[in-house]
Amino acid sequence: MRDLTHFIEPLDGGLARMDLAVDGITCPACMAKIEADLARVPNVTRARLNLTNRRLALEWKAGALDPACVIDRLAELGFKAYPFSANRAEADEDAEARFLLRCLAVAAFAAMNIMLLSVSVWSGNVSDITPEQRDFFHWLSALIALPAVAYAGQPFFRSAVRALLARSVNMDVPITLGVVLALGMSVVETLGHAEHAYFDSAVMLLTFLLAGRFLDQNMRRRTRAVASNPAALKAETAVKFVTPDEIREVPVSAVHAGDLVLVRPGERVTVDGVVTEGRSEIDQSLVTGETAPIGAASGTRVYAGTVNLSGTLRVRVAAAATGTLLDEVTRLLDNAVKARSRYVRLAERAARLYAPLVHTTALATMLGWVAFGATWHDAIITAIAVLIITCPCALGLAIPAVQVVASGALFRAGVLLNTGDAIERLADVDTVVFDKTGTLTLPQPEVVNAADVPPDVLALAGRLALASSHPLAAAIARAAGAKLPLDGVVEEPGQGVRVVLDRQELRLGRPSWCGAEREAGALALASEASAIAFRRDDERYAFAVCQQPRPDVVAVIDALRMRGLRVEILSGDRAEAVKAVARAVCVETWCAGVTPAEKISHIEARKRQGRTVLMVGDGLNDAPALAAAHVSLSPITAVHLSQAAADAVFLGDRLAPVADTLVLAAKAKRLMRQNLWLAVLYNAIAVPIAIAGLATPLVAAVAMSGSSVLVTANALRARHRGMPWKF
Amino acid sequence: MEVLIYLVPLALALGFLGLAAFLWSLKSGQYDDLDGAAWRAIMDEDEA
Repeated sequence: MRDLTHFIEPLDGGLARMDLAVDGITCPACMAKIEADLARVPNVTRARLNLTNRRLALEWKAGALDPACVIDRLAELGFKAYPFSANRAEADEDAEARFLLRCLAVAAFAAMNIMLLSVSVWSGNVSDITPEQRDFFHWLSALIALPAVAYAGQPFFRSAVRALLARSVNMDVPITLGVVLALGMSVVETLGHAEHAYFDSAVMLLTFLLAGRFLDQNMRRRTRAVASNPAALKAETAVKFVTPDEIREVPVSAVHAGDLVLVRPGERVTVDGVVTEGRSEIDQSLVTGETAPIGAASGTRVYAGTVNLSGTLRVRVAAAATGTLLDEVTRLLDNAVKARSRYVRLAERAARLYAPLVHTTALATMLGWVAFGATWHDAIITAIAVLIITCPCALGLAIPAVQVVASGALFRAGVLLNTGDAIERLADVDTVVFDKTGTLTLPQPEVVNAADVPPDVLALAGRLALASSHPLAAAIARAAGAKLPLDGVVEEPGQGVRVVLDRQELRLGRPSWCGAEREAGALALASEASAIAFRRDDERYAFAVCQQPRPDVVAVIDALRMRGLRVEILSGDRAEAVKAVARAVCVETWCAGVTPAEKISHIEARKRQGRTVLMVGDGLNDAPALAAAHVSLSPITAVHLSQAAADAVFLGDRLAPVADTLVLAAKAKRLMRQNLWLAVLYNAIAVPIAIAGLATPLVAAVAMSGSSVLVTANALRARHRGMPWKF
Repeated sequence: MEVLIYLVPLALALGFLGLAAFLWSLKSGQYDDLDGAAWRAIMDEDEA
C-alpha cells in the first residue's frame, strides 16, 4: 500500500537504489546486525549503513523486490526506517565540502614539496649552494606553487571578488592580495637570481586556512545531517484517495491542492485542508500552543502538524488560502526574515579594521624606505614582505578554530547548530523567552497520578492501551511500561478500547463510557488535563493525563537567572494553563493567549528596550518570533517550519541543553576575542621585523606556523569539560 | 650534484603519486563514514 516510487532512483544494470534514515542505532553492533541481516534478503545487492549520519544505502534488482519489505524487515529487527531524500541545500554543502578537501589536498601536497626545496635553499644559503642550484630550486618551487595556488586558492579568490564587487571587505581580501603579491614578487625575484623567494609562505598560508575552513564546514555538515534525519523520521506522508475507493500512502510532496486524503485516529495531519467527512477531535498544541483539543466536523479547517485524536476524517487539501493561520504565519515569517538586520560577524568586523590598516602600513613602509634613500626595488620588496607577514593566517584561523571546537562540544551536549554565526549571537543574550507548550512542557502528554493506581491495574491498563492509537492511551502505555498487547481488543471509535479477559470485561476510554464519572470528578483536574477511565468489571479507576513540564525545568530556569538572564513565558495557550506552569517554574513575567503577530511585537518591544532576546519555541505559531529574535532555539520535536527558522535545535526531554548552549557560547566568544588579540600581538611583534626589512622566508615560515598553532591550541580550550550546570 | 637530475623528478613523482592516491580515495567515498569505518576494521566478517 505504501508508495515509495518517489524515493527510488534507478541505476544502470537493472538495479534500483534508495536511501533510508534509520532510527534506533545506538552502537556499531547495530550496523553489523543490519548489514548482515539485509545481506540475506534475496535480490538485495548492497546494503551499507553510514554510522556517521545514520543512513542506509540500499541497492536491489529493480522489479524483483519491494523495498517496503526491507523497511518491514528493519522494523522486525527493532529499527524504524524511513525513506530519505537529501534536500538541495544538503547536497550543495556536500559538494562544497568535497571541493574544500580537494583544495586542501592539493595545497598540502604543494606545501610539503616546496618546503623540501626551501629548506635546502635556506641551509644552502649559509653553506655552499651555487646560484645556479638556487635558481633551479626556485623555479621548481614556482612550477609547483603557481598551479597549486591557482587551484587551491579558488575558495578565497571567489569570496574576495564577491566582497569587492559588493563594495565591502572581508578576511579573504587581504589573504588573496598577500598570496598573489607573494607569488608575483617571488617570480620576479627568481628572474633576478635573488636569494629569497616566498613560494613556501604563500602555499603554507593557504594550507593552514583551508584546514580551518574544511573542519568548520565538516562540523556543520555533520550536525546538519543528524538534524535532518528526524525530519524524515516524522514520515511526511499522507494517505491519499487515488480513486474514490482506493487509498495509497504517498509522500506529502506528491499531494496537491484538491486531493482527498484520509486521516485516521492517532495520526498526525500532514496537509492543510478542510474536513469533508467525519467527526473527531484535533490536538492543535503544536500549531497554536492551545492544549485543549478542539472538535472537528465537516467544514472545519485543519493544519499540518496537528494530531487527529478520536475519529477518522476525510480532508480536502487546500492550497495555502489567504486568511488562514498558516498563511498569516508564513507572511509574518517572511517579513521577520527580511527585517532581520544582518548580524556582522566578529571575523568581518576584524577584517574591516584589519585590511585598511595593513595595506596602509605596507604603503607607508615602501614610501618610508624610498624617503630614506633605498631603491624602489628594495622598498617594494620590503613592503610586500610586510603584506606577507601580516597575511592573516592567525586571524583567519582565530574564529573558525573556536567554532569547530565549540560546535563539536555542543553536538555532544545534544545541540545541533543550523547557522554559522549562532554561537556568536548566543553569547550576547540577556533575555530568554520560552514558549510553554512543547518547550517548557514535554511534547507528549504524561500520566500524572500513576502512583495512586494499584500497580497490577496500571499494568493491565497499559497492555490494553497498546491496542489504541489515541495519544492519551499511548501515555498510559508508557507510564505502565507495557510491552505485551492483549489479544482480541475492540476499538469503539470516539469512546475507547475494550476486551474480555478471563470472563472479565476491561474497558479503557472516556469516563462516561466506562461509567467512571465519579472517579474522574474526584481527580480535581487542572484545566489542561484530560481524564481517562479504566474499568475491570465493577472496579473503576481514573487517570489524569496532561502535558508535564520537562524534568529539569526549574533547575534550568534558576540557573539561567543565576547568570543574570531575564526569563519570560510567551504562550498561545489559555491564561489559566500558562499561569499554572509559570507558577510551577517561578517565572513572574508571562503572557497568555498571544497570536503569532503579538509574539513578534513583544519581542520587538524587548529589542527597543535594548535587550537581546533568545527565543525558545516549537510551535508553528512560534516560527515568526523565532526568526524575529536575536537568536533562537527549537526542540527537535518542533514543527518543520519552526525548526527551519531556529538557529539551533536541541535533542532530548531535558531543557538543560538551553543552559549548556548559553554557557558554551559565552565561553566560545571569549576565546574568539582572545584569539583575535593573540593575532594582534603576533602582528605587533612580526610587523616591526618586516618593516625593518628583516623578514626572510625563514622568519615568515616560523612566525606563520607559530601563530597558527597558538590560536588553534587556545581554541581547544572551548572543549566541554563535564557539564557546566550541575543538577 | 648531477644526482639532482633524477632525484628531484623522482621526489616530485612520488609526491604526485601520494596526491593522486588521496584524490582517488576521496572520490571512492572512503571519507563518507569515518565513524563506521573505524568499527568495521575490528568486526568479524562471519558474525551476525
